[in-house]
Amino acid sequence: MEIFKIKKDIPFMSYGRLTTAISLITFLFAVFFLATKGLNLGVDFTGGTVVEVSYPQSADLVKVRRAVDSIGLNEATVQNFGSSHDVMIRLPLKKGVTSAQLSEQVLSALKTEDSTVEMRRVETVGAQVGQELYENGALALLLVSIGIMAYLALRFEWRFAVAAIIANMHDVIIILGFFAFFQWEFNLTVLAAILAVLGYSVNESVVVFDRVRENFRKMRKSTVVSVIDNAITRTMSRTVITHFCTQLMVLSMLLFGGETLHNFSLALTIGILFGIYSSVLVACPIALYLGVSRENLITGAEKKETVDEMP
Amino acid sequence: MNRYPLWKYILVLTILLLGLVYSMPNIFGESPAVQITTAKATTKLDPAVLGKVEDTLKQENIKIDAIFMDSTGVKVRFADADTQIKAKDVLKNNLGKDYVIALNLISRSPTWLSNIHARPMYLGLDLRGGVHFLLQVDMKAALDKAADRYVGDFRASLRKERISYSGVARDDQSIQIKFTDAKELAKAQKIISNEFPDLTLKESNNTLIATLNLQAQKRIQEFALKQNIQTLHNRINELGVAEPIIQQQGLDRVVVQLPGVQDTAKAKEILGRTATLEIRLVDEEKSDPTTLEQASKGQTPFGDEFFMDRNGQPILVKKKVELTGEYITDAGPGADQQSGRSTVNVTLDGRGARIFRQVTKDNVGKRMAILLIEKGQAEVITAPVINEEIGGGRVQISGMNNAQEATDISLLLRAGALAAPMDIIEERTVGPSMGEENIKRGMHSTLWGFAAIAVFMVIYYVMFGGISVVALGINLLLLLAILSMLQATLTLPGLAAIALTLGMAIDANVLINERIREELRSGNSAQASIHAGYDRAFDTILDSNVTTMIAGLALFMFGSGPVKGFAVVHVLGILTSMFSAVVVSRAIVNLVYGYRRKINKLAIG
Repeated sequence: MEIFKIKKDIPFMSYGRLTTAISLITFLFAVFFLATKGLNLGVDFTGGTVVEVSYPQSADLVKVRRAVDSIGLNEATVQNFGSSHDVMIRLPLKKGVTSAQLSEQVLSALKTEDSTVEMRRVETVGAQVGQELYENGALALLLVSIGIMAYLALRFEWRFAVAAIIANMHDVIIILGFFAFFQWEFNLTVLAAILAVLGYSVNESVVVFDRVRENFRKMRKSTVVSVIDNAITRTMSRTVITHFCTQLMVLSMLLFGGETLHNFSLALTIGILFGIYSSVLVACPIALYLGVSRENLITGAEKKETVDEMP
Repeated sequence: MNRYPLWKYILVLTILLLGLVYSMPNIFGESPAVQITTAKATTKLDPAVLGKVEDTLKQENIKIDAIFMDSTGVKVRFADADTQIKAKDVLKNNLGKDYVIALNLISRSPTWLSNIHARPMYLGLDLRGGVHFLLQVDMKAALDKAADRYVGDFRASLRKERISYSGVARDDQSIQIKFTDAKELAKAQKIISNEFPDLTLKESNNTLIATLNLQAQKRIQEFALKQNIQTLHNRINELGVAEPIIQQQGLDRVVVQLPGVQDTAKAKEILGRTATLEIRLVDEEKSDPTTLEQASKGQTPFGDEFFMDRNGQPILVKKKVELTGEYITDAGPGADQQSGRSTVNVTLDGRGARIFRQVTKDNVGKRMAILLIEKGQAEVITAPVINEEIGGGRVQISGMNNAQEATDISLLLRAGALAAPMDIIEERTVGPSMGEENIKRGMHSTLWGFAAIAVFMVIYYVMFGGISVVALGINLLLLLAILSMLQATLTLPGLAAIALTLGMAIDANVLINERIREELRSGNSAQASIHAGYDRAFDTILDSNVTTMIAGLALFMFGSGPVKGFAVVHVLGILTSMFSAVVVSRAIVNLVYGYRRKINKLAIG
């Protein structure tokens, strides 16, 4: 079976203005939602306590609420989580009471209200730890970006490195924008997904750039634009098939992974979809705009080689 | 051109076999088990316990799957969790409080697998259930405590040297000694700088200000952390946790992970408790045989406590505590210079030394009992006769059975109490049902995803798709084998990483297959296309894996908890996928096509 039987190169670069405009608009939307709504940070980052409990029958949220109120925790949020049997109780940080005591209080209050309750998960993160996790996350993001840029600059050229990293940061911002817009909880696992997307999505740019370099050697008479168009067209089949396969796996996680992996796979899904788009249709126009040319990619030694080959 | 030399096939085959062997324990899985260890770090487990355990369980008609003893204790394996719980209760009632009975999981794999250290993957807390604490050591308190001790020490040494001073006080971590006379101050400065080399001295306005120098501060903090970790170890033993993890994190934090523990309230209570050493006097006036006889029957004289010492001799000890472990600054194993027998050498701080000197001075000729208070129970370690006044704060405790015991007791003494208070700053508890569910979820995600990819690949690339799927399966096998070998902690994000890595690893095969198609399209022969396809795709595969690797390594370095669990698997998965997608799939393609003279059409769709 073959889906992509494309005889002629698709003039992707001539749509450059359009694709860049689409990107820019989505990007601005993402930034707008991030600025106005902000991320719904999980306890990992804000500090606080999450208690997840399960009942053999459908949980009575009013009762749970009453139990939590009875120990004076009015700021707590009580909601169903995953199924009607599971309840998640989120408690903000409270001065004076150590969070460790807090979770014990909640559990014993719930037990008095209904003894069939089963503890599923308790997570307590101190404010300081939350702050550190946040900082480390940002640091990891920065380090990954620098590392990838350095590698691409070394392997290809700085223009490609800059183009690839802009395309990828654009993906990251858009994922964050989605999380802000829908107010999905942003926790450490989602952060892991975003960083994985960053590494994964760069693959895409690498594959295209590899082809661009190869084409510069092969298609001596062509213009830079047609070289890039050819590279994208030739790799398109692989791009779509690979992403489709990865998405199959992520979809499986979305369906079978339960609540914990839900947001993780959501972040990956958005990352994969926008990754295809940006690493090809954002990275290449930027590289072009930055003035990438044949001379940039073919090093001194190779140039000599080509001279020798000439009749 | 599409043939590997023989050694390459053998290499691939060997790696595959190793992968198969080391991932096998995961198929056998783990069984519920009970682990029996001694309650006290000072007593070693007696091999006779093995027989006792076996007999006890036999009497109660509890079926044992396997029973054996290793360096950590006696382990008994059962068919199911119900039997396990029943066995635990039976053993707890029959063996008494000298033993800790903990629930555990033990690999069901055959002995030959265990002998080559093939074990199932080590499951993290979110998969097996349990509690994770991150504790913060209050270092300021540790330094304050050290400074407090110096206040006492200064008073003592100044008094001894008859230097008059108007006051000693601690201000944060500096100690200020006020003098009325500059001459006295100079004298004091000389003495203090001689006696306490850890201090930096400064003078202003007839006041001598002593502060701990940086090295000493560092040492105190390191000591506090080490001592707290040791204390935690001892306390957690009491909880009956099979495989606790207690690790230093950073300069002032401790991670405690207790798999299988559900009663977090009890865990928290025990982590915060104290245990120590006491020095008391033996009640010599009442140590006549009749009183001792009566005392052993429960009629202990007023103000005394009855004990059996290590040699089984009855002994009456006064309730009044002369000295506690609080004053111990260090303890280490040693040997008596004359008899060569093992001892524990304890160093007391200034105040402790003074008290000890006074006690020994007042009680020459009497016996002094050294009690170890462990888990709320006191034990007389030794009760030597005081031959003379002992000054200097160095105490040698004899009566140790062997060098190992001396080491253990020194550890206990050092670990008696927390050197500095600790706060729980992070807690993650996962219930047992949640753990099982998480495993199921992770496995289902991987399997269904894998199946979907397999179907698609075979439809799209036919034979080459099939080869890619086999390579992907081998990737999974090798990844599981490496994770089992390294015993890296597998968490739910780790399971997600397995799935995701597989989803990404297929990229390499897609790249290769697309390349081969392209070469075929431009009119090359089948053999040449295969060769060129693999060759040309390799550079791209390498580049894209390096970038993914950079992301994985950064995640590993900066990630904590779930992120780290994800990163470990991700990075390992990239390595195995490089091997399987390029080397293994090539080997299969070579075997299938490399030895044919003529290929009419490649089955690549």
